[in-house]
Amino acid sequence: MTRFIIRRVLFGVIVLWLVATTVFLLFFAGPADNVARRLAGPRAPMEVIEQIKDTLGLNRSMWEQYASFLGNLLHGDLGISFISQTPVTTLIMQSLPGTLWLVAGAAVLWMAAGITGGVISAVRPRSVLDRTTTVLVLAGISLPTFVLGMLMVYLALSVFPWTGLQPGPYISPLLDLKGFLQVMIMPWVCLAVVQAAVYVRLTRGSMLDTLGEDYIRTARAKGAPERRVTYRHGLRAALTPVVTQFGVDIGTLLGGVVVTESVFGLQGLGQLMIRSVRYGDLPVIIGAAILASAFIVVANIVVDVAYSFLDPRVRLA
Amino acid sequence: MALLEVSGLTVSFPTPDGVVRAVRGMSFEVERGRTLGIVGESGSGKSVSTQTLMGLTRGAEVSGSARFEGRELIGMPAEELRRLRGAQIAMIFQDPLSSLHPLYTVGWQIVELIRIHEPATTKAQARKWAIEQLALVGIPQPDRRVDDYPHQFSGGMRQRAMIAMALALQPKLIIADEPTTALDATVQAQILDLMARLQREFDTALIMITHDLGVIADMADQVLVMYAGKPIEVAERRELYYRPHHPYTVGLLESVPSTTGAKERLKPVPGQPPSLLRPPSGCAFHPRCPYVMPKCRTDVPPLMGEEHLSACWLPLDVVGLGPEAARRRTEESS
Repeated sequence: MTRFIIRRVLFGVIVLWLVATTVFLLFFAGPADNVARRLAGPRAPMEVIEQIKDTLGLNRSMWEQYASFLGNLLHGDLGISFISQTPVTTLIMQSLPGTLWLVAGAAVLWMAAGITGGVISAVRPRSVLDRTTTVLVLAGISLPTFVLGMLMVYLALSVFPWTGLQPGPYISPLLDLKGFLQVMIMPWVCLAVVQAAVYVRLTRGSMLDTLGEDYIRTARAKGAPERRVTYRHGLRAALTPVVTQFGVDIGTLLGGVVVTESVFGLQGLGQLMIRSVRYGDLPVIIGAAILASAFIVVANIVVDVAYSFLDPRVRLA
Repeated sequence: MALLEVSGLTVSFPTPDGVVRAVRGMSFEVERGRTLGIVGESGSGKSVSTQTLMGLTRGAEVSGSARFEGRELIGMPAEELRRLRGAQIAMIFQDPLSSLHPLYTVGWQIVELIRIHEPATTKAQARKWAIEQLALVGIPQPDRRVDDYPHQFSGGMRQRAMIAMALALQPKLIIADEPTTALDATVQAQILDLMARLQREFDTALIMITHDLGVIADMADQVLVMYAGKPIEVAERRELYYRPHHPYTVGLLESVPSTTGAKERLKPVPGQPPSLLRPPSGCAFHPRCPYVMPKCRTDVPPLMGEEHLSACWLPLDVVGLGPEAARRRTEESS
């Protein structure tokens, strides 16, 4: 187990190095003038551009720049934002809590709804309840997030203003719990609706496969009550692929829930990324990209380790 | 009164292509402590009919009667039937690897059975009970192996564990559905010996379902041959093996590879099993029967005879294997 984790972490580090290098190349490999020109704006005089190249160290050779980039990265230094002149790590730390809370809250909702819905429709396939769920799932998957989000904002502000729900930047629950909930509930539901739809499908399919297994027949032949057959025998086995997907989704979403954050103005990582791309704030883009990949790498390791706990047949080596 | 009396059982499954008539009138009896062998090809309805008794065929249309100790099983409330399953009537299935839950230990699965039916038992008591059961079926170091997962057991040990579980509550009837089909030939013999020994020890009735007449040659008291969802021949074991009447039974017996006369070519029963969506008219075996008579195509033969029952229009005294019996059958049918 320990050996497995060490190997996976080393492998993850290699992946992150590859990501960092790719991002570095994408932005720095071109002629230095392009980078400076983009920063300075199309009408800036040559002197300004030269000055920018100097400050950013863009006059050095690419290898020198790459070495200092990697060196800084190893020290956790992601550089300084071109635009706001604040360290990238500070910007990320400011945006991270909003995204973390958004993903965590939504995850609870979508897992509860997704697994419940999936089990209900799998236990009675082709029933009215199953068909209804299927239609809702299709609606959930097809509905674009920004449409759903804007609809929710409209309803909250003009039809149900007494709820106090409103779009706005993240507020720490430690400072103002009520304000936190008023800001977070809508993004939670919005993100959870789409995800829940996916998880209903996943759970239903996995559950239908499992319920057709021989060991389910054995459980019934033993005289196990139907509830026990469904949950202890069926759902327990059906959960494995669901948990795998869950880990991967969490990793991906933590890297930035761009649309949901933007619709509700949550000021999370996703929005930070959008802003940086719009202004060409290269150090922030690089920092956010590396962080997003780190989340995915870690999530995958966690999923693999969790797998060995969920299924005794899986041995990590 | 026999332990289990099944009469006129029919089971049909509605499908988009039509109604599949899997069992079309099954009748048999099992006495306490005795063994009934049910033999037939895949799709002859042998598994469906027994699983229906246990209420394990969902979405099936069932009619007929099945009395267990005088209590009618068909139409019995689901909860009442559930209490019988595992406690009074136990089942052993074909593939022990897929029949045991892969994510729970063998011990957990036996403990579960015990505690479902004996809720007053503590976990520790049930665990001790499970270890005793594993010892009974010859699992070495049962106190250690009780915590193993099914994938850590060999094929034969898994089936032993299934048997241990089936016997845990000393059921009056065990239905073993092809219990040795998935096992190696040597392991097969061990498992059959074990089942026979334990059956005598606990005086349990046994229904042994198989497609292989060799499997029940030593075990069954009575043998029932099924074809297209119906019993076509029922007799005491020796009678059936040495003096078979129905041409299908004859075909089955002649297709069994013998361990002594290895030179002979195997004679398979020619043709394909019939469609259960549209069973043939008259005797369901007539399209494959070498002795088919005009009557066979139109009239369904009932089970005829006293002790030795057979559903065939050939005279009841035309029995036996070999060329002489074949000559007599040809004579009678032409």
